[in-house]
Amino acid sequence: MIQIRGLAFRAGDFSVRDVTLDVATGEYFVLLGPNGSGKTLLIHCLCGLQRAESGSIAIGGRDVTRSEPRFRRVGYVPQDYGLFPHLDVARNVTFALRAAGLSLADALHKVAPLVEMLHLAKLMDHSPQTLSGGERQKVALARAMALQPQLLLLDEPVSALDGPTRAEVLQQLRHVQRQFAVTTIHVCHSIDEAEAVADRAGVMIDGRLVQTGRLAELIQNPAGAEVARLLQVGRKS
Amino acid sequence: MPAVAGPRAHRVSIITIAFLAAFVIGVLVLIAADVFYRAPDVMLEAVLAALRSPEIRHAVRLSLITSAITLLLVIGVSTPVGYALSRYRFPGSVVLDAIVDLPIVLPPVVVGVSLLVFFRTAVGQWIESVPGLQFVYTPQGIVLCQFVMSASYGIRASKAAFDSVDRRLESLALTLGCTHGQALRWVALPMARGGLAAGAVMAWARAVGVFGPLMIFAGAVRMKTEVMPTAVYLELSIGRVEPALAVSMLMLAIAMVALVLIHALGQAYRWWGV
Repeated sequence: MIQIRGLAFRAGDFSVRDVTLDVATGEYFVLLGPNGSGKTLLIHCLCGLQRAESGSIAIGGRDVTRSEPRFRRVGYVPQDYGLFPHLDVARNVTFALRAAGLSLADALHKVAPLVEMLHLAKLMDHSPQTLSGGERQKVALARAMALQPQLLLLDEPVSALDGPTRAEVLQQLRHVQRQFAVTTIHVCHSIDEAEAVADRAGVMIDGRLVQTGRLAELIQNPAGAEVARLLQVGRKS
Repeated sequence: MPAVAGPRAHRVSIITIAFLAAFVIGVLVLIAADVFYRAPDVMLEAVLAALRSPEIRHAVRLSLITSAITLLLVIGVSTPVGYALSRYRFPGSVVLDAIVDLPIVLPPVVVGVSLLVFFRTAVGQWIESVPGLQFVYTPQGIVLCQFVMSASYGIRASKAAFDSVDRRLESLALTLGCTHGQALRWVALPMARGGLAAGAVMAWARAVGVFGPLMIFAGAVRMKTEVMPTAVYLELSIGRVEPALAVSMLMLAIAMVALVLIHALGQAYRWWGV
């Protein structure tokens, strides 16, 4: 269970205000919003890369508002995947486990089911630079999942992929999420993308979370013209 | 620049390439003047004779030892300083950044005078009173001069190397369970290593060639504080051009090796995709 209460912070001239949200354990929550609405900043705050000024964040009943990123048990996949270019795929995927003190061999043994599920076995000795966009996405997902996080944060995970790859990766995201029953917050601005994966969704506009609910509910009863416009535009994109 | 339709040669390309050619020719002429000052067999004999001379051998050995120690010191200092300048902003950081460059723009003689004056102050005298920490007119003084003159280059290169590492990757490492120290050790340092190594080689080449501050602070005492640049000076001062040229050749060879290393490490740096 993720509980966010009255979360607020500033980043430069932009501010995220009074975000309150509950995401149930194992739920796949999609956060929709136009560019510059504060979705990525909110994700950074949840994983500890942005300091909260007020409000609270609890993950699995534990208050992590002031915790360092490494103590939050949050897996984060950034928009550009953020793979370490000086490490091969095996060392990228096992990075968190080796940081926790495991040897490479032990870490590889531990991530083997994940590697198999994402069909990464053939790529383990490859450099990230030689991978396609879809492969990079899977490596980043495996790396984020290696420590079995309580919360998985995906920042526009398929925005850089072409149509067929996008559908395949979304299917895999949903599969991995269900297999591990990991609570997930997925940021995007495409309704089609949200429909493919979401249990529930929310809309963020100008630093505020303006509406949450089932996607069908949002589309049928948008909370204002801005949300309606966003959902229509999102449908077209 | 992409290949643009039209003539390949135009006024801008011709003028800028002419300047480039003139500069390169100037550098090559200077080197050629050293190499061809005497017939090749005479020069070779002069170099061999210089290498047999106990004074020159001592100077070469002292140069290599002191510059190697300086290199270690520069790596030890420039890596954390470059990282701090690259990553943190605090009140006065811009001023600190500028002060780091000061030894690069200061006339070398001024550095020598400043060191000499510092060691006449109470603090300097106290340091000199500590056993093993005598600097004025000693080989340790050579290391100090080399360090002051070359550390700024190392720091500048270190900062540039860390600047080129995407700091978001370090942040990402934090979310993967790393401490700040682990993120530095496992992400920033390996990704910056090509640039750090190139900076270290540049600082080392600079250290080998330090002359002005040495003459003032460490002196040029034969078999004691004489290093390669001061050996050139001492040989010339008594009219022995060939030994001076021979030592110059050695320094030229070291500079060429350093240049090749810097370029090779720069290539490796790009290859690592940093």
